[in-house]
Amino acid sequence: MAIPQQKPVAARPKPRRHKRPRVWKDKHYRWVPDGAGDWRVQGFVFRHRHKPKKGHFRGPGPKPARQAPAAVPPVAPTRSDPRPPGAFQGAFGHAQAVRLLQRAGFGPVPGQADELVALGLAGAVQSLTRPSGSAHLSGPSPRDDDGNPLAPADAWGHDHLWWLDRMVRTNQPLVERMALIWHDWFATSNANVSKTQQMIDQSNLFRARCFGSFLDLFRAVTIDPAMLQWLNGNENFKWAPNENYAREMMELFSLGADRGAYSEDDIREQARALTGWRNDWSGEEGAHNFRFEPKWHDTGTKTVFGRAGNWGWEDACRLCVEHPLHPSFFVSKLWSYFVPTPPSDSVREGLEGTYVSSGWQIRPVLEAILMSPELYEGPPMVKPPVVQLATMLRALGRPVDTGAWVWLCEEAGQRLFWPPNVSGWDDARWLDTSRMRARWNMVTYALEEVSVDAWNDDYSTTETPEEALARAVAAWGSPELRSEHREELLDFGRRSETLILANWQKGPYRALRQNALLQLIGVSPDTILQ
Amino acid sequence: MSPRPSHHSCCDGYTRSQLLRSAAAEAGQGLPAIEPGMPEPAGTGLSRRKFLSRGAGLALAVYGASKIPLSAFETGIAQAAQGDKILVSVFFDGGIDALSVLAPVGDTRYAQLRPNLALPPGAGTTFAEDTSLQWHPSAAALATLHGEGKVSAFPAIGYDHPDQSHFTSRHYYEIGELQVGYRTGWLGRYLDAVGDDENPLQGLSLDGSLSPMIATAEKPVAAIDSVDGYDLWSRVSDPIEAEMFRSFARFGSLPADSPGLAQVRRAASQTDKLRQDLAGVGEFSSPVAYPDDWFAHKLAGLAAYIAVGLPMRVVTVRAPGGYDTHADQAGDLEDNLRRTCEGILAFQRDLEARGLADRVLIEMWSEFGRRPEENGSLGTDHGAAGCAFVIGSKAKGEMVGEFPGLSSLDEDDNLRVTSDFRGMYCSLLEQWLEFDAEAIIPGAAGFARPTLVKA
Repeated sequence: MAIPQQKPVAARPKPRRHKRPRVWKDKHYRWVPDGAGDWRVQGFVFRHRHKPKKGHFRGPGPKPARQAPAAVPPVAPTRSDPRPPGAFQGAFGHAQAVRLLQRAGFGPVPGQADELVALGLAGAVQSLTRPSGSAHLSGPSPRDDDGNPLAPADAWGHDHLWWLDRMVRTNQPLVERMALIWHDWFATSNANVSKTQQMIDQSNLFRARCFGSFLDLFRAVTIDPAMLQWLNGNENFKWAPNENYAREMMELFSLGADRGAYSEDDIREQARALTGWRNDWSGEEGAHNFRFEPKWHDTGTKTVFGRAGNWGWEDACRLCVEHPLHPSFFVSKLWSYFVPTPPSDSVREGLEGTYVSSGWQIRPVLEAILMSPELYEGPPMVKPPVVQLATMLRALGRPVDTGAWVWLCEEAGQRLFWPPNVSGWDDARWLDTSRMRARWNMVTYALEEVSVDAWNDDYSTTETPEEALARAVAAWGSPELRSEHREELLDFGRRSETLILANWQKGPYRALRQNALLQLIGVSPDTILQ
Repeated sequence: MSPRPSHHSCCDGYTRSQLLRSAAAEAGQGLPAIEPGMPEPAGTGLSRRKFLSRGAGLALAVYGASKIPLSAFETGIAQAAQGDKILVSVFFDGGIDALSVLAPVGDTRYAQLRPNLALPPGAGTTFAEDTSLQWHPSAAALATLHGEGKVSAFPAIGYDHPDQSHFTSRHYYEIGELQVGYRTGWLGRYLDAVGDDENPLQGLSLDGSLSPMIATAEKPVAAIDSVDGYDLWSRVSDPIEAEMFRSFARFGSLPADSPGLAQVRRAASQTDKLRQDLAGVGEFSSPVAYPDDWFAHKLAGLAAYIAVGLPMRVVTVRAPGGYDTHADQAGDLEDNLRRTCEGILAFQRDLEARGLADRVLIEMWSEFGRRPEENGSLGTDHGAAGCAFVIGSKAKGEMVGEFPGLSSLDEDDNLRVTSDFRGMYCSLLEQWLEFDAEAIIPGAAGFARPTLVKA
């Protein structure tokens, strides 16, 4: 029997936590908005990855054209905004577009929210759910700390950076967000998968099938090589069934625990239906050549959910999807990724109807959720750590250029391709003292190029608290701050000024104040919530 | 960028570890008195502040004192001087195979059900209280402690109508009740009842995230992934830094109009408190050798924390590795179980060397045991009754519930349960934490209380 006796154990490299590559720092100059429509020169410390030539260009270059004063956001949509019944009926303005981009993507890049406003609610949603062609990635391609291109399948942590970069640069943000949702829904971890490439292939499966038929997606996942390894579907044979996938496909993927949807006997019978998948092993290739072996499949009659037949793996998926308790599971779970409060019975039933009548299609349910009043009028929810990071990088205009994001995201509780277990990440537990500390430090790293050098810079000696806050908010891409937070930040700005006791402190303390304001905005509820 | 701005590396490691070393030397005597007139640490620019703990009658010097609220230390020392007890929970994540940890080599069915995975008789130490059982060779460290009368073993713990979902069963153990949807853990409810409003260290997860077991409704609790320190980096230094943290703390204390906002506020507030409480703690040394392993390192840090009197009541940590051994069980289990048991033995020896062993009790648990019959992947599927251990100098050291044997299994062909985990919880609450279990565990009156703590 060709059952492998011992899997090659992929040694998990130690996280290189504080590896700091050699850098050459010097002072450069650049133009930055002065907050009043004009530009001013700002000095900053530039980190060269290679030793710079003597006398190299250090900025600031020609002064950019004076900016027009901030335009008042257009109030009236430029075209009609027809909406389906049950959809959100309020004004679809800047705030609503930002929320949509945060929940169905990774926040706006400057100007993007107003583009969506012009499309109206339904147009905006459909621009996300019905992208045409393949995704376009714009901006500088991702690099590691040494300035080299990524090797996602081979270098430690580059898988995480590769996906993070797609989130930051894609013009189809909902595809990436849905891939992240399916990664959480069908949570598979590199911990028990022999090759990182198989994880990446699985994420591409999620991208390709993110809006289509759930049954098709479910079937594709069931025989996906990474999933077959992760839940032992490749070690499930007629003479020795392994129940692992049979249980989780019901409990976590399609029906839910504690609802009376299935019994222990259903799990054992379903495991028999799923028998027959195998693969080969080799030292160089790991697990490969995944295939169905008819001789290893149990061809007897299995009774699942009271339905008897000679079921196979495709039937196993169909039986779950046809189960009367599946639609409510599906729509409630999908809803929970976008809205923090559960849907009312009538909303849920409406979504179930949409789902079943469409033949288990994902897109119509998704569009209904993204147009629902609850998304726009309901309370905020905590961003997953990777979503917060991608949102921050987009707002700051920073490409993926450091491996620090790997261990920082891990400490914040979300290393991509390494969910904690098969139930995925626990959305109710994104924040505790350990993970909050990681988010704080993530903000510190994100601000690397934006922060000022308090001791070498000739920082303004006259900047007022209001000017300081305006500058910090502009650096973050002008997010809306809750009024009590704005008040606190202004109060901080004033308190800081009272600490200036000597003449030499005027500039440096203001520079420290600016760095603190940047930091505080990054760790404020306004940044953490979506 | 330097990840640790220079002003943060100021805490003088040498003096701090000296302090901890002195604490170790004076173990059992409370914290060390620092001689008057001791010089300030050179070159750090830090002042040393000294204060007298009213509760303990001891003088304590703290370095880098501008960041340490002395009151927090004073509370901790006062509690330590009163001999406050600490419960350490160690979780085997994934459902550890009880039939390997305490292998029923004397049961004739064992080798039949486990043709590939059964441990051979004589491979490990015989379990003295039931000679049909044998410790896994990797659990030798646990066998040593058992031989010293410091381990109470539950060979078949669980509950009626066992649920074989990881998540449901683990949830039951975490909340101390057979219900889904509870928001607080059983130890969280204990902390809500006895805990302090200002001390997040009272419930501490040495982990990247908070254990649901210590989730509270009201009182602050904490998680720290590294025992080597807890600092928040920024490009801001004093005096502006102190004002920045004041604003961060205010983000945490403003009113919230939604659960999501409340969650962020709570995290900000607790993060800032923990930052202050742990500002003086970082490097430590141990009086005994620990295995070179992150799990052991966490326990070494925990022992040092206890020795300096940090005010902890309940601490949770996950055993290294995963125990959901559906395939290739033997190798994974051998390695992970060894790391766990050797770490626990070193921790116990450390506490004994420091004279703190009477203050600490360890509880080891898992969400279920595994199916007696092995599967075709050289692994085992989810089962019912599992094993648990209560370890410490004060542990009663007697087996709780018999081993039920493999000849009559339950309706799902799983090991029958001979003790209820909620009975263990009631005993831990009443005998160790000295708190009425009725207020914590629903239906507590209905559970037999095994004697877990030496009189």
